[in-house]
Amino acid sequence: MSDVLEAPVIPAEPLIDPRKTFADVNEDVSAPLERKPGTLWKVAFGISLLLTLQFAAEISYQIYKGIGIWGLNHPVGWAVDITSFVFWIGIGHAGTLISAILHLFRQRWRTAINRSAEAMTIFAVMTAGLFPLIHLGRTWFAYWLVPLPNWRFLWVNFRSPLIWDVFAVTTYLTISLCFWYTGLIPDFASLRDRSTGWRRAIYGTLSLGWRGSERHWQHYERAYMMLAGLSTPLVLSVHSIVSFDFATSLLPGWHTTIFPPYFVAGAIFSGFAMVVTLLVILRKVFHMEEYITLQHLENMNKIILATGMMVGYAYATEFFVALYSGNPYERFTFLNRATGPFAWAYWIMVSCNVIVPQVFWFKKLRRSIAVMFVVSLLVNVGMWFERFTIIVTSLHRDFLPPNWSYYKPTIFDYSVIAGSFGFFFMWFLLFCRFFPAISMAEVKSVLWAAKKTEATARERTRREEAVHVP
Amino acid sequence: MFLDRFRKPRPTRAVLALYDDPDRLLTAAAVAKEHGFQGVDAYTPYAIHGLSEALGIRKSWIPYVTLVMGLSGAILGLTFEIWTSAFDWPINVGGKPFISLPAFIPVTFECGVLLGGTMTLAALLLACGLPNFKGPILDRNLTNDRFGLFVPEYGPEWNEDRILGVLRKTGPVEVKILRV
Repeated sequence: MSDVLEAPVIPAEPLIDPRKTFADVNEDVSAPLERKPGTLWKVAFGISLLLTLQFAAEISYQIYKGIGIWGLNHPVGWAVDITSFVFWIGIGHAGTLISAILHLFRQRWRTAINRSAEAMTIFAVMTAGLFPLIHLGRTWFAYWLVPLPNWRFLWVNFRSPLIWDVFAVTTYLTISLCFWYTGLIPDFASLRDRSTGWRRAIYGTLSLGWRGSERHWQHYERAYMMLAGLSTPLVLSVHSIVSFDFATSLLPGWHTTIFPPYFVAGAIFSGFAMVVTLLVILRKVFHMEEYITLQHLENMNKIILATGMMVGYAYATEFFVALYSGNPYERFTFLNRATGPFAWAYWIMVSCNVIVPQVFWFKKLRRSIAVMFVVSLLVNVGMWFERFTIIVTSLHRDFLPPNWSYYKPTIFDYSVIAGSFGFFFMWFLLFCRFFPAISMAEVKSVLWAAKKTEATARERTRREEAVHVP
Repeated sequence: MFLDRFRKPRPTRAVLALYDDPDRLLTAAAVAKEHGFQGVDAYTPYAIHGLSEALGIRKSWIPYVTLVMGLSGAILGLTFEIWTSAFDWPINVGGKPFISLPAFIPVTFECGVLLGGTMTLAALLLACGLPNFKGPILDRNLTNDRFGLFVPEYGPEWNEDRILGVLRKTGPVEVKILRV
């Protein structure tokens, strides 16, 4: 009797149906890669491609003409470009959190979603990386950001947070790529072994000849763990450093010690919202409902709720400290945010980021696809406006009233915003078509655990029945 | 060590037992070890917990690479910052000291992570002998739903029939003799 009681409790809902076989996993994950793309994919890709092309045209014109074509003025020298930079870098953070931090905490539900979340990180960082470059104005001097030996014998200023940014973002992109590729190697080998012809050649090359030897798995597991361990502090450092761009300046509204944790929480919040948006679409379009289950989505919604409240708490702290500080400039900046000409942006931010996620307190709403899709979109809108509020409202009214101005975006600003989404989605759609969107190797280990749990449960029911029969 | 691959002559014959269940493979690995088979390896679609212990494979040395390279990257980064800012061309920026240590920490950290991470991947490729496009694919299902135990020819005491006899008792789906 005692061992019956000690048997593991059956989780309410397994992460994957235990009746699936290992071969089913390969079949289901490879299926979208092996059939012709559907209409929905083509339409989505067409739209993203068009948006990307107009983005390229905008960038070309802007490099030719100068950044004056945007709505920038004095004193608002940073607006949509830097807002989008911070927004996209933040989106990336959820991918690393899912792949690295949840791996270290042994959260097994990450296995079905980590691949697409990591892909999202890479594409988001690529998109983000464009903005500082085009924002330079004279983009052809972008290499001045890197400490290269040059005829002027000048080095970059390592005391500047803008240089820290260069190092943080390039390191983040490189390490995320390494981590992602390491995860992909065994899956490319699976694809190689099930395909023929040119597909076999391509996937075979990408797999680097991986054969799944235990001697190799032993190294692989350790290396993966090390990369996860490195990515964890890295992801925290990246958004902290991005926040230093603002926090180390003297502008009221920017010069705040709360920024690093506040930015990191916001980044994870917006990133998880983007993961939910992408996965809701991905599981529907590619019929992955059995792998990316409601359980996965619900877990992410819980994280959105938690980080949303952290962000809300940070807004409150910031406001309270500004009012309590006795500094008239600080106090004015915050009152101006909530009641000034950009109050609309501030209240979009507060309602989308603090009020909307509260619906996730209810299990029913947390598990409703329609609700979570709308909430995730609104959270992303809110987080874009959070960065807009921080950047533009702090700049537009600083110390001296003669210096004040209003910021009005031009058509080129809108083009940049739309273009960045097009660029990001173009890469993501290509990824869904050509790379396995779910980590087959990792899902198999979860599947085996689910099979075992089910077997134990069956055994337990059998024994309980046996006890009751006499 | 990975260099052994270059020193030893390649085995010419091998026995491969295929299982459809990772637990059977674990048992078979223990049995193979018990019978003193040498150079036993397993080929699996995913990393199986406890398999390297069952096969007696030594723990990976990759974490040391990460540690050493991570520290080297950080030291190199910091040295470079100090050299450029304080020695090669000292420039007074806002009255800050030439060696502004706190301001140098972010780049130091990023350099450490960058070198540590890229070298971890490089070490993984080196340790696994990748890229390796010449290695034979023993069975196409080994990256799908089969778990293989691989016993290569290891010396004069290698006895095909004995190995086949032992492995057949461990419940494989299929046992193959390979010429590799």
